[in-house]
Amino acid sequence: MDTQDPAAPYRTDPRPTTSPDPARTDTGTGTGSDTGTDDVVVLDGVSKRFGSFTAVDRADFTIERGEFFAMLGPSGCGKTTTLKMIAGFEQPSGGRVLLEGVDVSRTPPYKRNVNTVFQQYALFPHMTVAENVAFGPRSKKVPKAEYVERVTDMLEVVRLSDFAHRRPNQLSGGQQQRVALARALVNYPSALLLDEPLAALDLKLREAMQFELKRIQREVGITFVFVTHDQGEALTMSDRIAVMNEGRVEQIGTPEDIYHRPATLFVASFIGTANLLPGALAGRDGDELIVRLESGDTVRAVGSNTSAGVGSHADGSPVSVMLRPERLRVIPAPGTGADRAVEPGGAAPGRSVSGTVDDLVFQGASARLSLRLADGTDVIANVGTDADLPFLRPGDPVAVTWQPGAAYLLAGRPPRPGASTTDVDQVEAAL
Amino acid sequence: MTTAVEGSPHRADGGRSELLGLAALLGAGLLLAAVGARWISGPLVPLALALVLAAVVAVIWTAVAGSPESKRRIAPYGLLKPGMLWLALFYLAPLITLLRSSLSTRPSRFAVDFTFDWNLGNYTTAFTDFAPQFGRAFLYAGSATVLTILIGFPLAYVIAFRGGRFKTLLLGLVVIPFFTSYLIRTIAWRSLLADTGQVVQLFDTLRISGILETVGVMDNGRVLNTPAAVIGGLTYNFLPFMILPIYVSLEKVDPRLVDAAQDLYSTAFQSFRKVVVPLALPGVFAGTLLTFIPAAGDFVNALYLGSPNTTMIGNSIQDQFLVQSNVPLASAMSFVLMLIITVFVFVYSRFFGTEDLT
Repeated sequence: MDTQDPAAPYRTDPRPTTSPDPARTDTGTGTGSDTGTDDVVVLDGVSKRFGSFTAVDRADFTIERGEFFAMLGPSGCGKTTTLKMIAGFEQPSGGRVLLEGVDVSRTPPYKRNVNTVFQQYALFPHMTVAENVAFGPRSKKVPKAEYVERVTDMLEVVRLSDFAHRRPNQLSGGQQQRVALARALVNYPSALLLDEPLAALDLKLREAMQFELKRIQREVGITFVFVTHDQGEALTMSDRIAVMNEGRVEQIGTPEDIYHRPATLFVASFIGTANLLPGALAGRDGDELIVRLESGDTVRAVGSNTSAGVGSHADGSPVSVMLRPERLRVIPAPGTGADRAVEPGGAAPGRSVSGTVDDLVFQGASARLSLRLADGTDVIANVGTDADLPFLRPGDPVAVTWQPGAAYLLAGRPPRPGASTTDVDQVEAAL
Repeated sequence: MTTAVEGSPHRADGGRSELLGLAALLGAGLLLAAVGARWISGPLVPLALALVLAAVVAVIWTAVAGSPESKRRIAPYGLLKPGMLWLALFYLAPLITLLRSSLSTRPSRFAVDFTFDWNLGNYTTAFTDFAPQFGRAFLYAGSATVLTILIGFPLAYVIAFRGGRFKTLLLGLVVIPFFTSYLIRTIAWRSLLADTGQVVQLFDTLRISGILETVGVMDNGRVLNTPAAVIGGLTYNFLPFMILPIYVSLEKVDPRLVDAAQDLYSTAFQSFRKVVVPLALPGVFAGTLLTFIPAAGDFVNALYLGSPNTTMIGNSIQDQFLVQSNVPLASAMSFVLMLIITVFVFVYSRFFGTEDLT
């Protein structure tokens, strides 16, 4: 890489609507289409049915220019089908797909200005790396001098200049991945679609490629639409995430939103580890809602109006309180009584639950404490390795507390009360 | 052998004895060939056979005896032995016999016997008297090969990409004609193509006889006994040998490559041409060899579907061998056919060889 600005070649793109436009603000407000073209991909009530099976159910969202957008969900949730409808490999059964403001629902893939990085890369085995990357521009009849320059530039961006004349089968998995990226990006697509691009790589390479993908996305400034079942990947890389389940979009938001303010029980349990404690609404106090848990504890929780309309719920309606393990602190009881365990240590009323120690696992920087509440619900807390902790034994009474705002209210009862973790490796093993 | 402990001298010894074994085998094969070709005659024959037996016994003994370590080391060479023996006995020996008889002379036109005397005249005769037959053989075989590609590629494509759960059934249908004898199937075409047969009737009903007459498929209202009938028969008989290798190549093509090509702005046809066809070329290459080589030497189709004006070199060789009993000339013709095909395969694989994909 020389000192030249690596993003420079992309500014020379003759198609102004698709190039990242740093000078957008300079054009003023005179052009009315400016606001319209900021939405690169719009899904307008898109559904896809295969026979009686509904793969995607009325998906509605907008992907903005330059965004790193992830579609996240368990296998079979419809995320790949949604991606294929954007790419043109599947046609929606209902609704519209808009690309740069144009309805492309019935447009074949080769006429859409989006490109896909396929799960197993689908590189052409009979062509060299350079020929693979040149495939798109040559199909579009780009003059040779121009596409050679674009291919050279793009191979530099993905750091494969030295491999231009190799065949794909002579490259490692990570290198093949970058060829697939270059082959798609060299066309300056309106949006780059990535279908589980890291799934075929081993763990170490996958982590390295996450940062590599972010770097390339920043460099080329193209909108990335990324499909994954790996929540860690989605949280690390995305600007916004659409969490999907059983064909429906459960929530769209920033990684922080999704993690701390999940819209549904599914989102709460799918992303990270969540303790979901069942209870009933018992009243409210200012911004906080009072919940009587089934374990007998009464706690205060916050909830947004978007979390399935908590604000409209009447007292007594079934709700769940979500507690993230890392936001819990442990208050060991000096005595033996469970009553005493709730009170001491400055835990504010309504900000703690008590139970008995089930298990304590030392994990280095933190320890993983499992406790069982009175109703049998398991709660997991990632707690600091305080001096008190080693003295906790299974069966000891213990209480955990949290800061205001850490308890988040969700409508409905959890399908399985207690701690739920979506372990990526388990999901992969199930595939 | 048993006292050798150090590695390197032992290894050299094992390797050398192995090479000697292979050489002995090759020698045994050549001796057998010489006996068969009657280069060795009279009292020398029992001696030669004894030598062959000795060589075989010696080779088997070296494979069985020796320390386990030396056996392990020489095992890879040992694995070559059955193949070498097979080649020496059933390929090299007949080839030498054929070469020898092609350089022999018959004492008279009516003699069956012949003597080896480095007579190159057979080759001159093969070229001068049978040029049209050679020409037809390669013209018909070449046309049939092109036709099998044109018919076989789409068929293999449909089976591989659109076959779905009927894939096995469709492949079975391709192979099922093999359950009937090659000869019977070819003779069956005689009645189909006969002047009063269904094919001519169909052409008459469709009133396309005139057109077919102009393009040379029909001749004086006939289909049977025309070059077209011979080419058609060859095409029919060798079609499966083209379909199966192309199918194997296409089966390995990941359908997502087609998706990828269309994602990269290629139409369905362009992605077929630029991705599917290049990846199927190894199959086309293999199919061409499997079709062209036997078709060029075929005599059955020309015999039953052709006329005296459509004889191929296979018919002439058969005639010289079995009817005229001119073994030296027939041998020379076989050798020429073999050489031309070898050159063709060599040139073809140079231009179309796709060894890096196979």
